[in-house]
Amino acid sequence: MNYHWDWGVFFKPTGIGSEIYLDWFMTGLGWTIALALTSWIIALFIGTIIGVARTLPNKIIANLAAGYVALFRNVPLLIQLFIWYFMVPDYLPESLELWFKQDINPATSAFISTVICLGLFTAARVAEQIRTGIEALPQGQINAGLALGLRLPQLYKDVLLPQAFRIIIPPITSEFLNVFKNSSVASLIGLMELLAQTKQTAEFTANLFEAFTLATLIYFVLNMSLMLLMRKLEKRVQVPGLIALGGK
Amino acid sequence: MDFSNILPALPSMMDGLWLTLKLTVLSIIGGVVIGTLLALARLSKYKFLAMAAGFYVNYFRSIPLLLVITWFYFMVPFIIGWVTGTNRPVGALTSCLIAFMLFEAAYFCEIVRAGIQSISKGQINAAYALGLNYRQAMQLIVLPQAFRKMMPLLMQQSIILFQDTSLVYAVGLMDFLNTARSRGDIVGQPHEFLLFAGLIYFIISFGASSYVTYLKKRTTV
Repeated sequence: MNYHWDWGVFFKPTGIGSEIYLDWFMTGLGWTIALALTSWIIALFIGTIIGVARTLPNKIIANLAAGYVALFRNVPLLIQLFIWYFMVPDYLPESLELWFKQDINPATSAFISTVICLGLFTAARVAEQIRTGIEALPQGQINAGLALGLRLPQLYKDVLLPQAFRIIIPPITSEFLNVFKNSSVASLIGLMELLAQTKQTAEFTANLFEAFTLATLIYFVLNMSLMLLMRKLEKRVQVPGLIALGGK
Repeated sequence: MDFSNILPALPSMMDGLWLTLKLTVLSIIGGVVIGTLLALARLSKYKFLAMAAGFYVNYFRSIPLLLVITWFYFMVPFIIGWVTGTNRPVGALTSCLIAFMLFEAAYFCEIVRAGIQSISKGQINAAYALGLNYRQAMQLIVLPQAFRKMMPLLMQQSIILFQDTSLVYAVGLMDFLNTARSRGDIVGQPHEFLLFAGLIYFIISFGASSYVTYLKKRTTV
């Protein structure tokens, strides 16, 4: 098989407008970051609520939250995405359905579906970490809080969550990185994020090794820099002497 | 919602499920074998070997599985062509299997490494004192104990792998999800078939992870 190596391919014009292939990668990276960050905000918000709910004394609420986690963790991400993208719109109220299918452009509707899907999917994993973090705190913290006369919401907001969040930074970092990686499934419903742009470049130029090498490099650098950032954050918010609790 | 068309389509969907399970089991076997070798390399006293294995693990853990699947789908035929000098096409199944094995090996490696490190130093010293060499010490003393300890984690990772096999949709392999989708499209009921596929994945994954939880409870002292 003959293969024509050309590492300069990224600076060649694509023939569409005045873009070069590198522009495609940058657009794709932009979508990937937008997808991941938006999903992550949803995941943190819902994940915290579900995680807290799992530790509440009320058995019904705790079981409902456990059910949520079981459901979203045991169905493959791709099936969840197909459900949100292909199925759910059909069951929306008519005006909303028309808006989703006709008024907004395809990229926006794929973006909305992926963000909802990834947000709820990741929320289940975040919830597990939050629960573990809360359960790792000594019972004395809860007792002391209650003895001080705090009500349950105050106990969580002022005593338990600030400590739990600090303990779980390392495991939550890996979930944060996973959102970036998982966002690549959006390429399967036609959103032109990083992986989709890579595939398109490979098909347009036939320089598939170069295209995929660049994509790998971008993901690798992104991953490493986010990891370093989270390590910095961990050091910054660390309360001296507290981290030992997590390891008990 | 009308689920009556699912029953007649079951036999062909079983073929898809069979492919999914085959992919899962072979990837687990390949992944654990390569992963164990990687873990031994990472813990090796030879700095270069340890570094190379460390790079391998970090590399695969920082890129999406979907990227690996797509890349290998394009790349494996080229590489086989270069190595063997022939122009024989390989199927999507082969390239997916290689992708899964190499990708999952990075994750299994970290589990195995933690397992080996959890075995007390005294065990290894005792093995050497008995005159066993490195291979014997690992094979007869350390790994059997380590594997027993890390069984729950290995199974957890295998459940994730089982769900991730659905990503072969990207290269058009007819696994369970893809078969269910195409069956659903034929009878014009894509939603019912999609939900059914989700249900089956849920039952298998949930059943397996409940078993893991039970196993964890039973083995903790």
